[in-house]
Amino acid sequence: MATRRKTAADRPPDRLTAAFRVVGKALRKVDATAKVVGATKFADDVALPRMLYAKLLRSPHPHARILGIDPSRAAALAGVKAVLTGKDLPIPFGILPVSQDEHALAPDKVRFVGDPVAAVAAVSEETASAALDLIHVTYEPLRPVTDATDAVTHPEPRIHDYGDGGNLHKLIDLEFGDVAEGFAAADLVREDLLFFEGSTHLPMEQHAAVADWSPDGKLTLWSSTQTPHYVHRALAKVLELSPAKIRVIATPNGGGFGGKSDPFSHEIVVAKLAMLTGRPVKITLTREEVFYCHRGRHPALMWVKTGVKRDGAITAMHFKSLLDGGGYGSYGVASTYYTGALQTVTYHVPRYKFQGARAFTNKPPCGPKRGHGTPQPRFALEVHLDKIAEQLGMDPAELRLKHLVPPNSLTANWLRIGSMGLGPCIRKVVAGSGWKEKFRKLPHGKGIGLACSSYITGAGLAIYWNPMPHSGVQLKCDRGGGVTVFCGSTEIGQGSDSILAVIVAEVLGVDPFDIAIVTGDTDLTPVDLGSYSSRVTLMTGNAAIQAAERARDIIARHAARKLELPAERLAFAERRVFDVENPARGLSFADAVQLAEAAEGTVGTVGSYTPPASPGRYRGAGVGPSPAYSYSACVAEVDVDPATGIVRVPRIFIAHDVGRSINAATVMGQIEGSVYMGLGEALMEEMAYRGNRNVVHKIPSLLEYKSPTTLEMCDVVTYVVEDPDPNGPFGAKECGQGPLLPVPPAVANAVYDAVGVRIDVVPITPEKVFKALRRKAKGEEPRFGPTAFPDIPWPDPTRVPPPWEGGDGKAVPLTPGASPGLDGARIPGHAPGVRDR
Amino acid sequence: MPPLDAKAKIALELNGEPVEVAFAPHKTLLEVLREDLGLTGTKHGCELGECGTCAVLVDARPVLSCLVLGLACAGRRVKTVEGMAEGGRLHPLQDAFAELGAAQCGYCTPAFLLAAGALLAENRRPTRDQIKQALAGNLCRCTGYIKIYEAVELAAARMRGEKAQPARETLYGYP
Amino acid sequence: MLRLPSFTYLQPSTLAEAWRMKADAGPDGAFVAGGTDLYPNMKRRQQEPKVVISLMGIPELAGCEMRDAGCVVGPCITLSELSILPSFRRSYPAVAHAAELVSTPLLRNMGTLGGNLCLDTRCNYYDQTYEWRKAIDFCMKKDGKICWVAPSSPRCWAVSSSDVAPVMVAIGAEFRLVGPKGERVMPAGRLYANDGINYLTKHPDEILAEVRLPAPDGWDAVYHKLRRRGSFDFPVLGVAAWIDWDGADIADARIVLGGVASWPQEVAEGGTTLKGTDLSDEAIARAADAAYRPAKPLDNTDFDLSWRKQMTRVYVKTALEELRERRRSTRKPS
Ligand SMILES: Cc1cc2nc3c(=O)[nH]c(=O)nc-3n(C[C@H](O)[C@H](O)[C@H](O)COP(=O)(O)OP(=O)(O)OC[C@H]3O[C@@H](n4cnc5c(N)ncnc54)[C@H](O)[C@@H]3O)c2cc1C
Ligand code: SF4
Ligand code: FES
Ligand code: FES
Repeated sequence: MATRRKTAADRPPDRLTAAFRVVGKALRKVDATAKVVGATKFADDVALPRMLYAKLLRSPHPHARILGIDPSRAAALAGVKAVLTGKDLPIPFGILPVSQDEHALAPDKVRFVGDPVAAVAAVSEETASAALDLIHVTYEPLRPVTDATDAVTHPEPRIHDYGDGGNLHKLIDLEFGDVAEGFAAADLVREDLLFFEGSTHLPMEQHAAVADWSPDGKLTLWSSTQTPHYVHRALAKVLELSPAKIRVIATPNGGGFGGKSDPFSHEIVVAKLAMLTGRPVKITLTREEVFYCHRGRHPALMWVKTGVKRDGAITAMHFKSLLDGGGYGSYGVASTYYTGALQTVTYHVPRYKFQGARAFTNKPPCGPKRGHGTPQPRFALEVHLDKIAEQLGMDPAELRLKHLVPPNSLTANWLRIGSMGLGPCIRKVVAGSGWKEKFRKLPHGKGIGLACSSYITGAGLAIYWNPMPHSGVQLKCDRGGGVTVFCGSTEIGQGSDSILAVIVAEVLGVDPFDIAIVTGDTDLTPVDLGSYSSRVTLMTGNAAIQAAERARDIIARHAARKLELPAERLAFAERRVFDVENPARGLSFADAVQLAEAAEGTVGTVGSYTPPASPGRYRGAGVGPSPAYSYSACVAEVDVDPATGIVRVPRIFIAHDVGRSINAATVMGQIEGSVYMGLGEALMEEMAYRGNRNVVHKIPSLLEYKSPTTLEMCDVVTYVVEDPDPNGPFGAKECGQGPLLPVPPAVANAVYDAVGVRIDVVPITPEKVFKALRRKAKGEEPRFGPTAFPDIPWPDPTRVPPPWEGGDGKAVPLTPGASPGLDGARIPGHAPGVRDR
Repeated sequence: MPPLDAKAKIALELNGEPVEVAFAPHKTLLEVLREDLGLTGTKHGCELGECGTCAVLVDARPVLSCLVLGLACAGRRVKTVEGMAEGGRLHPLQDAFAELGAAQCGYCTPAFLLAAGALLAENRRPTRDQIKQALAGNLCRCTGYIKIYEAVELAAARMRGEKAQPARETLYGYP
Repeated sequence: MLRLPSFTYLQPSTLAEAWRMKADAGPDGAFVAGGTDLYPNMKRRQQEPKVVISLMGIPELAGCEMRDAGCVVGPCITLSELSILPSFRRSYPAVAHAAELVSTPLLRNMGTLGGNLCLDTRCNYYDQTYEWRKAIDFCMKKDGKICWVAPSSPRCWAVSSSDVAPVMVAIGAEFRLVGPKGERVMPAGRLYANDGINYLTKHPDEILAEVRLPAPDGWDAVYHKLRRRGSFDFPVLGVAAWIDWDGADIADARIVLGGVASWPQEVAEGGTTLKGTDLSDEAIARAADAAYRPAKPLDNTDFDLSWRKQMTRVYVKTALEELRERRRSTRKPS
């Protein structure tokens, strides 16, 4: 338990400032060779003797009651070994304890086209597919809910019989200080309405899982999952097995981006089928089925109202979001909170109100996609600020630079900011892009736009409440000088295995390639919660430092004895343990390990990490706190063809404050990859449905869901800013999600700079630009975007005074007579003028 | 459901060696490689020709193995990622991909390597634009392609005998 | 993994053998060349032949031969080969360019000219898996009764999506079809019918055996393609424009649109308005307008249909401007 209190801040400060041997270099990843020779075993590459193949029968209805299922003909087909329906797996599950609303196979109701209703295991995939066609399901169709606005206006029939009323899954109302007063004190109050379309992760690897059941009662599941620990828990719950009898092995993911972070139907189904048949069972989803797993970006309608002083200082902000959640809860409650959590961590917002709603709709469930719940509000906020800067006659870069959140501060909603490198980030992209010479000065059709953002480095709270560490590492030193690190983290391409190797190598003075990494295996590795919320480098890194330092202390003790030196004088580097004052005097690392092992037995240590407690103590304060916040600034260049509305992005400048780069090559890769995904969302990616045709996914294919190719991808000019955070391992913060966030708003702002039209919706498709240009030509408002935010029955607000108004992080009781949330429910046009005081 | 197909047998040259393989006759080369020959280095993302992840070389040309019938490969020369390294040494492309982090999740990597290899076999000094064109049939969701271009350029230089090293901006960003 | 249904695969080495195999298989037989259209369709159960007969081993269908009277191209040439053959590129840049714009380099290494010209029509209610189509209760083109794009329509409106076909029609290419009952040669345009289901006038037994291109003298052509991404994507609009020059003036012209109808749609009025002009701005604007008016894209491809319609004007204009530009640069006094 000592580990819980001791945070990185207690460690000697030299870890933030020291010169590093390995940390910060551009290194090959430890798994790079396996990947380039094709040796990495992804889930679908696992093949076991006598393996059966499973297929899922999915609902052809968006919303229907299941009246009956007759699987008898399928079961009778030659080659079919087992058929499952909902009644075989009656226990519900779900990633969040508050949303245990999924079944492996729908028992009585289907909630989207693609919802699994039955499963078959057969000797071949072909036979399993043929068997699906023989399963007869009788449905009674119900009225489908096509989108969030439809859900607001149609509370019945309900998709779920839980939630905050009708088809609204979750309603949030949080107030930090009196915003009305803040607006009254402003020189300019502006309101904007924006919409961020849903998009999906589209990992190149389709989800796959293989289950094996041993007659001694042990289940093993290999799965392309980002969260083996949560899959472990879900399997134990649904299959009613002891967790000790289940082993989940997360195979390296062929891309995840958040799309493999939920426990999924197919994982539970193959496990059950393996138990029933006594044979290994594999399932590999088709691309279309991957679209049905989804859990991607929530479509979000957003309304934002901000008051500013003439110099751009924000006096108050009110933000509303309405999320289209799809058919199940997934991470949705957290996603909804996230759409309101991080508005305060970039520019100082003294008073802040957030109202968020998530609707159930009859579409594949939304969840966490890279940036989880924050790219949408970031888009809204950064476009909104661009408009405010224009109204104030300020340069948008200057406006932002002037009002940055100070480092080591608390925000209105009680988030603790540590290091804050946004200032240098803005300066880098402004200087590098020639911003001052270009902004509002380029010829018609060419534009430049700026946006900033911040993202969490891991969530302060685990998904299910528990007092245990979020990440654990075990470390074992071999007599030969090798080291093995065991950690539950999951390699999804982000380089997490290498982070462990680099960090341990730094501490123990060995080569990263002397270190064997064992990860993502619930039998072998201590729990790490999973590869989500950009938590892995920080949390496993801190746990690895602790384990490695403990090992170093043991080894140093015995090396010091042998060398007749005080242990403090020993350094670990170049595979040696030596006297810092006389480096020639020392031992090889292997010899030092042997001395320690002879004296104390096997050199093995553990380390773990728990994030610091959050200062916010109101209901809802669990989403947003993080050990450290990363910062990004982005400038996008665009070419807009006024004849067609087609937007091209030749180049993006991006600066990212990563705290400390652990492996420079991975940092670059994560930043470039984030820009790529942000560009796709900005320009073309879209989960489209046919609301009028059974709410089918319009384009569930890699051809029609548009992912940028080499020909759309822009050049990227990357600046890595390092403002070390005391909570990060060696000061490191995240870089895998944050740099996505500023890309869509930067592109939108650049389009305005190029042709003078505001596209308040992503993706910014040619049709929208074209329409806005036509409106502009006709003298109408040069804008494309939403025009109304529906009336939502918001609950009573939770009122939490911000730190500077004397609060203690807790909510205060409601004052009688308050009429919460009525202001702004109807939008009187979205460009109110300057209000003079 | 018709009875399971009787297997067909073909001979081909696979990664430089003659092999014989028997498989259900409707199988694509992708399936034959992965399931009947045990070479799982070839990946798949759609099985419909829409992503390029399954690319292999047939008679030295990169093609989509998900749309080539196994039976159509009788007597052909097939090369997969497993055949790129020689004598325990990485191909310069593989080496450069590993060095620069051009393989993140690594799932698209085998196909990119083979497509890039086919490009370099025809053009020892491709421009950035030619690289983009040659790789325009391969999707990658992780890298944003940039490290991939840089790796192809680095490997091309090394294959020309130059002692090339990655640029500082490639590995550490701009100052 | 999406897999092919089981079928018998045959690899004839002569036309006669191919016909015999096709005759034996009857309606259950299908020819295949590169397979890049047929196999995805089979995986989605849009087409379910029991016997698949490859044309790739038939020597007569391969190759590309430049003759005085033009060029004769074998249908089994891959799109890659066609677009990189230097002599062909020089003489038929528009055809080579259209071939080069098809999908991706990987696909062009497999897909053939013949397959491209016989490509199934496309519709995003149809190019979906069996399970998906089941969820909308199928449509008229396969397994269903109604057209979801135009529910009151008696016909299917699936879209001709070949990049090369509009160019063939525009430049006045001819196709030689051979069948067990003999052979015929027809102008390219006559191969196509404006019907999403019966989009070819070819008898199922007939094989496209030759593509004959007119000798490259006095005329010029271009092809412009609109799509979301620079690769992978089918055209949502293709503009093939052909001009037969008579000195500085236009003797004859044709504008053919792809991606807007179930066949390559010739805009006759567009061509006529250009005749006798020197491709002035006004003439171009008139032709673009003529192309714009009848273009009736439906909501079954990528992009919004009203924007696609607007784009016909823009794309026809830029295609004609390019032709004018080329004319000017080639007629520069030397
Ligand atoms: C992801 C993807 C993207 C694509 N993008 C494009 C695009 O941008 N533009 C485009 O034009 N096409 C595109 N295509 C379609 C197709 O791949 C190409 O048109 C290709 O050229 C088809 O040729 P093939 O030889 O592979 O056809 P096949 O699949 O072999 O044949 C197609 C049809 O033509 C018939 N056929 C073939 N040859 C003959 C012949 N000689 N005589 C009679 N019948 C014949 C076959 O029976 C079959 O019905 C795309 C396909 C995919 C999968
Ligand atoms: S146009 Fe109509 S009938 Fe034809 S494929 Fe599309 S939906 Fe089916
Ligand atoms: S698997 Fe996608 S193209 Fe072959
Ligand atoms: S490295 Fe993951 S898809 Fe390319």
